[in-house]
Amino acid sequence: MSDSALVPVLSSEEIAEIEAEISHLPDRESAAIDALMIIQRHRGWVSDESLRAAAELLQMSSAELDSIATFYNLIFRQPVGRHVVMVCDSVSCYVMDGDELAREVQARLGIEFGQTSPDGRFTLLPIVCLGACDRAPAIMIDSDLHGPVDQNDLETLFAEYK
Amino acid sequence: MSIQETKPLIGRVEEIGGRVSLTDYESGGGYGGARRALTEMSPEEVIDLVRESDLKGRGGAGFPTGMKWGFAKDEPPTPGAKYLVCNADEMEPGTFKDRYLMEYNPHILIEGMIIGAYAIQADRAYVFLRGEYHEPYKQLTKAIQEAQGRGYLGPSVLGSDFSLDLRVHLSGGRYICGEETALLNALEGKRGQPRSKPPYPPASGAWGRPTIVNNVETFCNVPAILRYGAQWYKDLGLTEDSGTKLFGVSGRVNKPGLWELPMGTPIREIVDTHAAGMRNGYKLRGVLPGGASTDFLVEEHFDLPMDYKTIQSAGSRMGTGTMILMDDSICPVDMCRNLEHFFAQESCGFCTPCREGIPWVEELLAEIENGTGCEGDLEILDQQAAYIGGPGNTFCLHAPGAMEPLQSALKYFREDFEEHIRTGKCPYQRGRS
Repeated sequence: MSDSALVPVLSSEEIAEIEAEISHLPDRESAAIDALMIIQRHRGWVSDESLRAAAELLQMSSAELDSIATFYNLIFRQPVGRHVVMVCDSVSCYVMDGDELAREVQARLGIEFGQTSPDGRFTLLPIVCLGACDRAPAIMIDSDLHGPVDQNDLETLFAEYK
Repeated sequence: MSIQETKPLIGRVEEIGGRVSLTDYESGGGYGGARRALTEMSPEEVIDLVRESDLKGRGGAGFPTGMKWGFAKDEPPTPGAKYLVCNADEMEPGTFKDRYLMEYNPHILIEGMIIGAYAIQADRAYVFLRGEYHEPYKQLTKAIQEAQGRGYLGPSVLGSDFSLDLRVHLSGGRYICGEETALLNALEGKRGQPRSKPPYPPASGAWGRPTIVNNVETFCNVPAILRYGAQWYKDLGLTEDSGTKLFGVSGRVNKPGLWELPMGTPIREIVDTHAAGMRNGYKLRGVLPGGASTDFLVEEHFDLPMDYKTIQSAGSRMGTGTMILMDDSICPVDMCRNLEHFFAQESCGFCTPCREGIPWVEELLAEIENGTGCEGDLEILDQQAAYIGGPGNTFCLHAPGAMEPLQSALKYFREDFEEHIRTGKCPYQRGRS
């Protein structure tokens, strides 16, 4: 393990979780995605600083780790709101008027896809098929799956997420 | 026959009336297949049995499972590991079957993987799970811990000298990671870009070692084959293909859902009987039989049995067996635009025809839908579909898959495309223009 000043950016809990993943893999670099996901679970997103610390822990270059981080849509390299709202825009939800629901979600939250509300409460993102096609149209808020979502119920739904 | 003998995948879920716990699974005979494999059979005998059952891959490609396992078994015994990987990156739009299996019957997947790992003699196995599958993650990791506690996983499986370490890798996203070599790169912690083939994974897969990748539903078929035999499994299918299949329906039907039915159940029976038919006022016009990357089928095909060979002869693919219905309120042009938006966005960007071609196709479709299409656009779409679709012009099958629904829509719904261009507007109320 590195004794550099950068690694302490990560909490001992984060480091322990990353090391646990590494122990099940043939080499340290193979835990790159796991490490990024662990950091994000703790911090909501992956900052430049934590990315550099993770790279050091994994013994790889931070540029390479960033090229990996930016490939994956579920790894956030920008801060997000307290809750991430993901609206499915794939075909089964489309067939069930998912595009109308998407317009309504934007109107209710007052933000467009890719934006975070000024109060930092919600970030709105489009997402591909959530595997809930029998419950279309579907929305995922944080780790909760909702569907079928009636646009008249959006206000009650969002109220659950403070 | 018991429910489990007619519905080997989710029969136990029906018996219990909900999620199958470890106790429920064991009391229904669960882990009996793994016990039989490890205590009574050699790895070769297990592979022969699976080969004899004619189980085909349920991820969409339909490759014979026993044959695939044989490839890894036959790999020269160079020192070092072999890996078994479960593709649980269920991201094909319209597909929701693996989620159900992992949430309601996680132990059947673990048992199938134990048998598979023993057959190819791998001592490490991974489940590559899509990142948005929080509930399956919870159920599966809990089940793995339970299985470890009972000695089904770990250093000495069922008291034998076979050991197995099973881990769940939670994916960072991207549809392309369902492609098996992209999946292996992602599992190795790299960008999820497909690899050039050959070599295929059974020769050189994860970390360059022999690796077998199978879909969730494929593994879930294996325990019952060990319990009831290959002939029983073959007899389950109504047509040439063996076993049962989780068929699903999404779209404007009365009861969208998922059912375990004999392989070869006709499309119309699935839609009319199990999904309770189209909602009042809607007529069925087209079916994507097995996900977004399969060709449309139309009225003349609805009496066909759902199996690999028949659907292929009809010009499409059974794919994942979870069908998406296009009713008569949906504009085929706009539906294709939605599909191609997905494929354009999810291209890994490595091959030019895929990275540049699919966005161009999406743009043309948007123009036609918005009423600004012009004469000659359909010919360009035909050309692009043929070129991007190849196959052979790109590393992997993402681009060819992307062109399947488009090519078939251009064939079956051509008048709709022509009308948009001729009249300069979309004739459907629900369209975008």
